[in-house]
Amino acid sequence: MTDALVPLMVLLPLLGAALALMLGRRQRAQMAVSTVVLAAVAAIAAVLLAQVDASGSGVAVAIGAWPPPFGIVLVVDRLSAIMIIISALMLLGVLVYAVGQGIADQHRETPVSIFHPTYLILSAGVFNAFIAGDLFNLYVGFEILLSASYVLLTLGGTGERIRAGVTYIIVSLVSSLFFLSAVALVYGATGTVNIAQLSVRLAELPLDVQLILHLLLLIAFGIKAAVFPLSFWLPDSYPTAPAPVTAVFAGLLTKVGVYAIIRTETVIFPESDLSTLFLVIGGLTLAVGILGALTQADIKRLLSFTLVSHIGYMIFGIGLASIVGLAATIYYVIHHISVQTTLFLTTGLIERFGGSTSITRLGGLRRASPMLAVLFFVPAMNLGGIPPFSGFLGKVGLFVAGADAAGGPPASETLGTSSPGPDWLIWTVIGIGAATSLVTLYALTRFWNLAFWRPKSELEGYRSRIIDSVQEAPAGATVVATRTTPVLMLAATAALVALTIALTVFAGPLFELSGRAAENLRDASVYVSIVFPGGVR
Amino acid sequence: MTASLTLVIVAAVLFGTGITVMLERSLTRVLIGFLLVGNGVNLFMFTMAGAPGLAPILGEGVDPDAISDPLPQAFILTAIVINLGLTAFMLALIYRSWWLAQLGERGDLIVDEDEMAEDAEETADLYRSSEEDDRAVQAVLEASDEDGGRR
Repeated sequence: MTDALVPLMVLLPLLGAALALMLGRRQRAQMAVSTVVLAAVAAIAAVLLAQVDASGSGVAVAIGAWPPPFGIVLVVDRLSAIMIIISALMLLGVLVYAVGQGIADQHRETPVSIFHPTYLILSAGVFNAFIAGDLFNLYVGFEILLSASYVLLTLGGTGERIRAGVTYIIVSLVSSLFFLSAVALVYGATGTVNIAQLSVRLAELPLDVQLILHLLLLIAFGIKAAVFPLSFWLPDSYPTAPAPVTAVFAGLLTKVGVYAIIRTETVIFPESDLSTLFLVIGGLTLAVGILGALTQADIKRLLSFTLVSHIGYMIFGIGLASIVGLAATIYYVIHHISVQTTLFLTTGLIERFGGSTSITRLGGLRRASPMLAVLFFVPAMNLGGIPPFSGFLGKVGLFVAGADAAGGPPASETLGTSSPGPDWLIWTVIGIGAATSLVTLYALTRFWNLAFWRPKSELEGYRSRIIDSVQEAPAGATVVATRTTPVLMLAATAALVALTIALTVFAGPLFELSGRAAENLRDASVYVSIVFPGGVR
Repeated sequence: MTASLTLVIVAAVLFGTGITVMLERSLTRVLIGFLLVGNGVNLFMFTMAGAPGLAPILGEGVDPDAISDPLPQAFILTAIVINLGLTAFMLALIYRSWWLAQLGERGDLIVDEDEMAEDAEETADLYRSSEEDDRAVQAVLEASDEDGGRR
């Protein structure tokens, strides 16, 4: 019975997109369609999560009743279900915010009639990537969400967005070519693209062949997840999009890459061990990203750099190659999706209210809007890792997992046959992680002090050493400040802030759930048994 | 697995030329490069099917071992469709980028009839003057021809 629900998670957004396109001239109907569709997907994902969590394994649906490995198979296990629920909730929250913004200012930069269909197609791509049971379907999911993201990023076609969009699109096209070549090679080497079957067949290949295929896939996913050497495109392209679009991209798109990396490490290549590489890359991503954030005057660019930096925590968690590490990573992914999305939405509000996003031009916001101050302060402290917020808990979880792994974990705790990297490396990355957390806090409190606490009267001729070396955004667009902040935008942001607080309040059960999701990934046999209950040939 | 050497070489050439063209500054060339590499990847995927065989349609009297592998063909079809859509979008983007470079964002706002009439007049002037130039050049050429004929 619940099997039929699985394809609906992709079908509903696609059908909704078609319907929304037909209703192009009737905005209210469009909004109703999008909201209902995303709420329905969230509900379906909740039902499925309850089911797979109770059964302890997962659900596999063969499309068109073609048995795997011949047909397309959709797989929902705990990890997929968790990712879909949190994504659907975020997409819903951002949609309400975007609707509020669209109603408030009907100007030509946000042509609402194509926003809803594209947004739903993006959702379909994200959901499809999370439940894809074969590598080619994963590629298709990526392409769906990327194509939609190209349109959303260049919405309105202003000069700045076209310039930023070109970088983003070309980088994405190249990463897709990498991915497709990797799929071709994997098929040539094994004769299948079914992920469950791959985990068995790839393990039989010589280790060096495995390594090439593994790295090729990781490069493709690494570009999407924006890990260090492949992250250059992100801070340049995301900040130019409309606030809701940036929020969704920042929250979700990079995490789809992280999700694909988790699957690659745990299911597709359980034998090929790259833990040390992951630790090094994770540490570099943390350090380079946050140093970039320090020099930014523009809060949108600053947040984009912290986004890159914090991907490093997840890469570090994957590199630990232990159940605890993976559990902490999954919790951190949930935390980061929600907090980063919320912060970008708040930034959109700041931009409307203050007429700028640069710390050199903002001031006196606390007095002007106490509500906005709260909506910024809570997620900012959360991202900076102040106790008791989920950012703190997630980081502590990762560091504890790191310390465990460095102390030589018991065999029952490791993933598959992987071994964690050298002890000194793990301790180094833990150190970088702690420092990164502090620097994040510094960058965000600096923004808080100047934009919220500094009185507006001091803005003229303000000099301080802390903003001596910051850089403005290139061609920073001036936005007309609108003193009216639509209730719907505030409500959506407040709801998401409440959600991030809920992640803190319910951290215990959530951590346990992440633990159980990680337990499913202990070795590939769990995933394989979901797709092939009778064993794979 | 047996693969056709020709296809491998063609794919390699497509990869090489495509990447070279992609490194150019012009957006149109980047797009052409992307198309070349995209086709290279598709051919590359096709070679992964192994030795070619009969059309992959099962029927009476068809030996399942003699048909070629249909799966890479399905992949390629999907990839071609995706590439087509992306190419269309890229062309629109390039046109928009050219538009902005030529006219700036003010270009979107040109609806003024006087301005359009002015533009038309300017164009007509341009044609007229270029026609005059052509005639003058022609006259000079003819004169030099006559000179040449006399010598």
